Amino acid sequence: MLVLDRVGKTYPNGVNALERFSTEIRLGEIVAVIGGSGCGKSTLLRAIAGLDRASYGAITLDGEALTAPHPKVGIIFQEPRLLPWLSVADNIGFGLSDVSATERRERVAAALAKVGLSDKAKAWPRELSGGQAQRVAIARALVVRPEVLLLDEPFSALDAFTRRDLQDHLLDLWSETRPTLVLVTHDVDEAVVLADRVVVMRPRPGRLFEQAEISLARPRDRNSELFETTKRRILTALDRSLDQAAPDPTAAAETGDALWW
Amino acid sequence: MTMTLDTPVESTQSLAPPSAARWRRWTRPALGLLLPLTAAVAWEWAVAAGWSNGRLVPPPSTVISTIDELARSGELFRHMATTLERVGAGFALGVAAGTVLGAISGYWGLARQLLDPTIQALRAIPSIAWVPLFILWLGIFELSKVALIAVGVFFPIYLGVMGAILSVDRKIVEVGRTFRLSGPAMIRRILLPAVLPAYVVSLRVGLGLGWMFVVAAEFMGASEGLGYLLIDGQQLGKPAQILAAIVIFAILGKTTDWLIEIAAMPFLRWQDAFAPSRGAF
Repeated sequence: MLVLDRVGKTYPNGVNALERFSTEIRLGEIVAVIGGSGCGKSTLLRAIAGLDRASYGAITLDGEALTAPHPKVGIIFQEPRLLPWLSVADNIGFGLSDVSATERRERVAAALAKVGLSDKAKAWPRELSGGQAQRVAIARALVVRPEVLLLDEPFSALDAFTRRDLQDHLLDLWSETRPTLVLVTHDVDEAVVLADRVVVMRPRPGRLFEQAEISLARPRDRNSELFETTKRRILTALDRSLDQAAPDPTAAAETGDALWW
Repeated sequence: MTMTLDTPVESTQSLAPPSAARWRRWTRPALGLLLPLTAAVAWEWAVAAGWSNGRLVPPPSTVISTIDELARSGELFRHMATTLERVGAGFALGVAAGTVLGAISGYWGLARQLLDPTIQALRAIPSIAWVPLFILWLGIFELSKVALIAVGVFFPIYLGVMGAILSVDRKIVEVGRTFRLSGPAMIRRILLPAVLPAYVVSLRVGLGLGWMFVVAAEFMGASEGLGYLLIDGQQLGKPAQILAAIVIFAILGKTTDWLIEIAAMPFLRWQDAFAPSRGAF
């Protein structure tokens, strides 16, 4: 279980990006974090990834403190961040330096097949489209078999068709090994399609505002009435989170448990 | 209803007929030779027509026959070999020192604060100012000459390496961090490949300066080398010999620069860089 206990982050310039964020994420759960700009979503993700240290509070995975990048935690960024001097296959195998060459080849080939890019194994990253590059980034993150995969707005730079395609593809890949996914997104549609739970954050400073369980069965029909209703509820919560006059639920219940719908 | 078809897009290079590609391979170097050859032919014609006596600026035919004479006597190769040895040794020393110190300054902030102000101050000193000191310290023979060339090569390499490391994309470094690369692994797998294009450029700049500094070095009482040929030509009033030495400098400089370019090419195939030669302009 991934546990965030009153996690806060204040940057050296005094900006209070994240304040007393607490939640518990079960193994295999998909949690979407949404909120307006500057609400600390990416700060939260970077703290879990160990790229930035939290100023206070604790992040633990199965009881082990996460203070630096951890082998069980992978991350996919907004941009693919492929290494331009490595082929697609070598990019995917980048994190597999501690396994034998044979196993690395097999796992990379399997990952390439899963993301539908077997024919691009020897291509340079510059030869890929945006969607293909992001598929490679997904394969690179999943090939090391993380228990927790963090996704920082991974599809936001893609067109609507590619985004939808990759969302479905991500779910297919997730269903194979069921790692815990923590997805930061601006896209309510994406949150409702993918997540078991949506965490709404409030900006300045970034705090947990509300949480919502999404109990829709998968695969989710984006055109169903229930999908629309769920989306509207999330949007309402998002609107309220941006209203500074709205009462702060975290003041009443720090973990946010009492606010679940 | 609109349907889209996935059409494989091939690069324009592969679409070009082989004969056109062959034609381009030969025309590009030929284009580079067009200007100097036109100037040479024009000057030859001007001297032949009697518009100039060609005494101070000899025509290309005289320069070529001087080169031929020097080559036949074996003198040319002796001078070329001496100069190449000096440039080679100075370049190797300058590259080694510039790479190590540039990497240290680029990678560690404390080292940069400690080293960089001094190195930048030394960089501002005119190269010729080192000559008397090097002669005093290292003598009039090879060591002082090699040291002067190494000084010339050192600064562009140092600046190039330090600047390239400082400008490596933080996002790429974070990829290495997420995969928990150790310090040496981060340098080998992320930083070195990332700085390679800038490093190659600084090597070429450094080599160019090495060729410039070897002339200054060979003015310091040399009895061999292309720089000596220049001085000798000036003192004995042989402009054809001076021009012959200049032409040889140009050929050697361009050839060694081209060798670096060729050697680096396989390592830089991945670059997604603007390439006007591909026909953008």
